Amino acid sequence: MEEKQVKKSIIIELDKEEYALPVEIIGGIERMQQITRVPKTAKFVKGVINLRGVVTPIIDLRERFGMDRIPQTDSTRIIIIHQDKYNIGLIVDAAYDVIDIQSEDIEPAPKVVGTVDVDYIEGVAKIGKRLVMILNLEKVLSADSYQGKIEAEEVQK
Amino acid sequence: MENNEYLEVFIEESKEHIQSLNDQLLVLEKEPTNLNTIGEIFRSAHTLKGMAATMGFQDIADLTHKMENVLDAVRNEKIVVNSTMIDVIFQAVDQLEGMVFDIAEGGNGSSDVQQLVKQLQQIENNEAPDREVQIIEESEQTTSDNVHFSKLDEFEMAVLQQSAEKDFKNFEVYVKLNDNCLLKAARVYMIFEVLEQVGEVIKSEPAVQELEEENFDLDFHVLLITKHDANDIEQRVRKVSEIDKVTVREFSFQTQSEPPKAKDEPKTSKPQEKESEKNNTQKAVTSKTIRVNIDRLDGLMNLFEELVIDRGQLEQIATNLKNPDLSETVERMTRVTGDLQNIILNMRMVPVEQVFNRFPRMVRQLSKDLGKRINLEIIGAETELDRTVIDEIGDPLVHLIRNSLDHGIETPEKRKAKGKQEEGHLTLKAYHSGNHVFIEIADDGAGINREKVLEKAIANQVITSEEAETLTDQQVHQLIMSSGFSTADKISDISGRGVGLDVVRNTIESLGGTLTIESEEGKGSLFSIQLPLTLSIISVLLVEVEEEKYAIPLSSIIETAIIHKNDILNAHNKEVIDFRGKVVPLVSLKNVFEIPAGETEEEHYSVVIIRKGEKMAGLIVNKFIGQHEIVLKSLGDYLGDVFAISGATILGDGQVALIVDTNTLIS
Repeated sequence: MEEKQVKKSIIIELDKEEYALPVEIIGGIERMQQITRVPKTAKFVKGVINLRGVVTPIIDLRERFGMDRIPQTDSTRIIIIHQDKYNIGLIVDAAYDVIDIQSEDIEPAPKVVGTVDVDYIEGVAKIGKRLVMILNLEKVLSADSYQGKIEAEEVQK
Repeated sequence: MENNEYLEVFIEESKEHIQSLNDQLLVLEKEPTNLNTIGEIFRSAHTLKGMAATMGFQDIADLTHKMENVLDAVRNEKIVVNSTMIDVIFQAVDQLEGMVFDIAEGGNGSSDVQQLVKQLQQIENNEAPDREVQIIEESEQTTSDNVHFSKLDEFEMAVLQQSAEKDFKNFEVYVKLNDNCLLKAARVYMIFEVLEQVGEVIKSEPAVQELEEENFDLDFHVLLITKHDANDIEQRVRKVSEIDKVTVREFSFQTQSEPPKAKDEPKTSKPQEKESEKNNTQKAVTSKTIRVNIDRLDGLMNLFEELVIDRGQLEQIATNLKNPDLSETVERMTRVTGDLQNIILNMRMVPVEQVFNRFPRMVRQLSKDLGKRINLEIIGAETELDRTVIDEIGDPLVHLIRNSLDHGIETPEKRKAKGKQEEGHLTLKAYHSGNHVFIEIADDGAGINREKVLEKAIANQVITSEEAETLTDQQVHQLIMSSGFSTADKISDISGRGVGLDVVRNTIESLGGTLTIESEEGKGSLFSIQLPLTLSIISVLLVEVEEEKYAIPLSSIIETAIIHKNDILNAHNKEVIDFRGKVVPLVSLKNVFEIPAGETEEEHYSVVIIRKGEKMAGLIVNKFIGQHEIVLKSLGDYLGDVFAISGATILGDGQVALIVDTNTLIS
């Protein structure tokens, strides 16, 4: 069975749906802590935290995908991502287990998937009865999309 | 190469020595009889030579050796210092620098040093350079003859001497392999076998290892001790097939100490040099330093900040528990960590001198090339900047200085005609202001000609002629930094290829700095570079605005004031106050940062008066917390530039506070 491509992924929850993030880019999972707001940034940027001496920007993934805001709960987590030059934290509703996703279980993203813009979805994996969406973080975090969001917000104003 | 781990050290140290050579040579030119200076130069050259020879960079060693000979002659008052000589030595130093950079970039540091070696040789022989062709031939001849074994260490010398005493003969065997020899290593092996049957191989050039790896052309030399005679050896070697040529010559020590001694290692050189070397090695070690990778310092810094945060918490606990022993320990710890913090932060700071010190030399050379007389003044070389900034700022500065010399300062004749001193003045000045470092380059040259700039800008389609009418002088000055622009009528190789100032500006902006130009026609120009002090410690005033904490750099604060609501005036729809006779506009941080408003409207405002150059502004906050020393941190790449925020810092309680960029708040 070793020949098969296996992706170790962390499962997170957002608005009652499950998403997968590859473990390699995860720097850690932190509990919610006080966030220092940074003015004049995009709405989904909640601010910055002190992560062991590194000032790390925090994004609310719910707001990033345009979902409704909910008050934080005991299960709210910050997932720390190390991607390229970015160190960034994502606020998610909950973080669960690490699972192995077989590459053969992944199907391309259908046109309509849950609430998240299909651009940010790399594929959908069926694991037993669970349906897990695989996030394309590069797109989610890319500077273009960030700048675009800011401009869009400015237009709204 | 096995020396790889030392390579970095070699490069760094070589650069230092080259710098010291440059500095001291300039001094020497002014005080030609100062023996101390000559001694300094000699020591630097000598160390450089030793290091280069050890690392196997023969050309560097050759060149420095020649230089050393000249300096030695000066020291022994055999020749007199003159400008031509200094020029040649400067050229040699330049070439050395080039070679060191080549090595730094992965090259092998080889370069054609013949020309300079020749010139140095001439100086040493007290001849005027550029005259004879003879010497070069002569030296080439001797070079090919016996240079192969000039690099003998003491041990090898001893062996040779002993063997000579015991009736052994020392032969130098030269072997050239056939052009179409396929297995060179195998042939070499066979030749060595033969040689070792009749005697002992002391040394080979190239080294045995390289021969085995076929790292040689076709020929090599072997130094052999044997009782057999030359003819016999030659016959034996010839029995190996695929050999083109074999010569066996007696090897004597005399050939060694003859000129050219270009490839001599210090230890085998003339006795008088040996003495001087002994003195030098002792004097050379003045201060002890180690080199540390900057990543490690960053790591140390981050760990230390963690410690500071924990310390803050510990202090809190101690205050609550009111245990005297605990309090005392915590207090002690606070003091120790405070000292530690200073040391760690200072480790990353480097005086800007490191960049500045190469300029006197450059200005000297350029003014000679350009036929101008220029006096360079350096102020504030001790100003400290973060290492990362220092590394980047050198090239832009070089460009700006070249620009000032080439385009700014006029020729002595012109200056005289204009009623100025013949000698032009260039001032290089560095200083801290706010959370920035300023570097200014001021000249008293021609200044920027508005008409000429506009003409050029229109010709190069940077602006249209309609736009030209409306531009202020200041705007015109900025034009020279746009791409594709050069006002010099004549394009020289010093500056003015039209890709100059815009590149400078881009580099500076990529460092987070700005470049501004002030100029008055006929009086001179001032190029001012403003650089951020990335990752350095700054003093701030912590303030509270509603629930949020912000840090305002102390250096941009004039003072703080409590102002009654009634003292606020309105001018042009703006809130202003009368502050010591000046009208100062008010800026509400709450509005700028869109902070959710609190309930209470207060009678009195806390105002922080800040300044940027001549301009001032008052920032309205809710509460002053106090002065703190903080570490400037970036907000991370993802957020990029945030309006009016220059960075963040971590407070004692582990919270992040944002640092206000006061410059953007004053307009």
